[in-house]
Amino acid sequence: MNTRIIPVNYNYLAPTTLAEALTVLADKPRVKILAGGTDLIVKLKTGVDIPLEYLMDIKRIEELKLPKYCQRGLFIGPLATLSQLEKDPDLQKHYPALAEALRAMAAVSVRNMATMAGNLCNASPVADTAGPAICYGAQLKLENITNHRIIKAEDFFTGPQTNVMTPQEILTEIFLPQPLANCGGAFRKKTRVKADIAKISATAVLAREGNIITHCRIAMGSIAAVPLFLGELSAGLIGQEMSPDLRREAGRKAAETIKPIDDNRTTAGYRTAIAGLLVEEVLAAAWQRAGGEL
Amino acid sequence: MAKQEIKLTVNGKIYHLEVAPNEILLNILRDKLFLTGSKYGCGIGECGACTILAGGRSYLSCLIPAVAADGWEITTIEGLAKGEELTPLQQAFIDEGAIQCGFCTPGMVMTATALLNENPDPDEEYIKDYLRGNHCRCTGYIAIVKAVQAAAEKQRQG
Repeated sequence: MNTRIIPVNYNYLAPTTLAEALTVLADKPRVKILAGGTDLIVKLKTGVDIPLEYLMDIKRIEELKLPKYCQRGLFIGPLATLSQLEKDPDLQKHYPALAEALRAMAAVSVRNMATMAGNLCNASPVADTAGPAICYGAQLKLENITNHRIIKAEDFFTGPQTNVMTPQEILTEIFLPQPLANCGGAFRKKTRVKADIAKISATAVLAREGNIITHCRIAMGSIAAVPLFLGELSAGLIGQEMSPDLRREAGRKAAETIKPIDDNRTTAGYRTAIAGLLVEEVLAAAWQRAGGEL
Repeated sequence: MAKQEIKLTVNGKIYHLEVAPNEILLNILRDKLFLTGSKYGCGIGECGACTILAGGRSYLSCLIPAVAADGWEITTIEGLAKGEELTPLQQAFIDEGAIQCGFCTPGMVMTATALLNENPDPDEEYIKDYLRGNHCRCTGYIAIVKAVQAAAEKQRQG
């Protein structure tokens, strides 16, 4: 494999407005969107078979760039880089599980290039920002030339490297609703060394009243064909009193729910063995951030 | 596929270049501009040997199509020193013996330059974390971290 070059030919387009980009997608076949490129260019270099006639660079579209806040929550533009988001003080304060995921990803230069939207659209079952997006109830705005639709993060992924988007759509906005009062979130992943892709990850976002869980969303990565929302487990914890036993039981149920495989990062056995402990850990950390006592 | 003209400012010098859409920025720097300081290591964004700066931040030139860098102002390792005068960081790499085979050094120095732009007073953990995407296979990491600390100290003293 020669990773010095991109061994395929294509036409390059760099629209400067969203309307122009959506027109390209409507009119032309086999268009791939280039944002950070930290995944797409690697795939092109390493010979992953991607139908490609036009590479459309969207980085010149100003309107897709910055994260914006409003009273209702945080709108993340698809070109906001992982570095930009990671350093955002409001994001750190209101969405700590996402901040943790961002800090745990790759290395500085990659984070300066890569975008959260790209991490989601790439739809790896391992995607670190997927768990926090699911747990914070992210809504993804998908636009084509005539229409737009809003998809919940947990409904976005359909399989390894596949999602619900049509070839005519762009993810134009990631919206994170304002977290509830007394809310806390945490993200953890297991890796061999720090910059690695996760062997397994878990995210939890909780809210509480006293010792009672009033809101709960748990997600895991790298344990199924998609980043997985543990909806049933999450719903079952609402109304319960937080305790070490409850966390242990939740961890046990999580380990039963997942469907991990062996791959080049680790084994299904390791993932099953560690899943419960990881869920216990994120539940404890999220609870403490929500102001709860352990 | 048709070549396109791009404008690059590299180390303060403006270049107008004709590039194919699939040409990689690193190869343009090395093969067309003969700036061979930036290295081809892994080619897939794992090793950091190709690190360059744009707007003071570090980027991996092996993952950037040159057409996508149209209009960029880039600094490579060749652009740090003023003539014979090295930056405090470059000098610190020499003084601390932070160079063995030298292959990772340009990328390491570029990332560490971005680090000091961002944080003039980094502790050891911060340096290790920031440099986690730059691999040294001679394992000179201890000396590299010391060099960054020494350069930070020198910069603070002015």
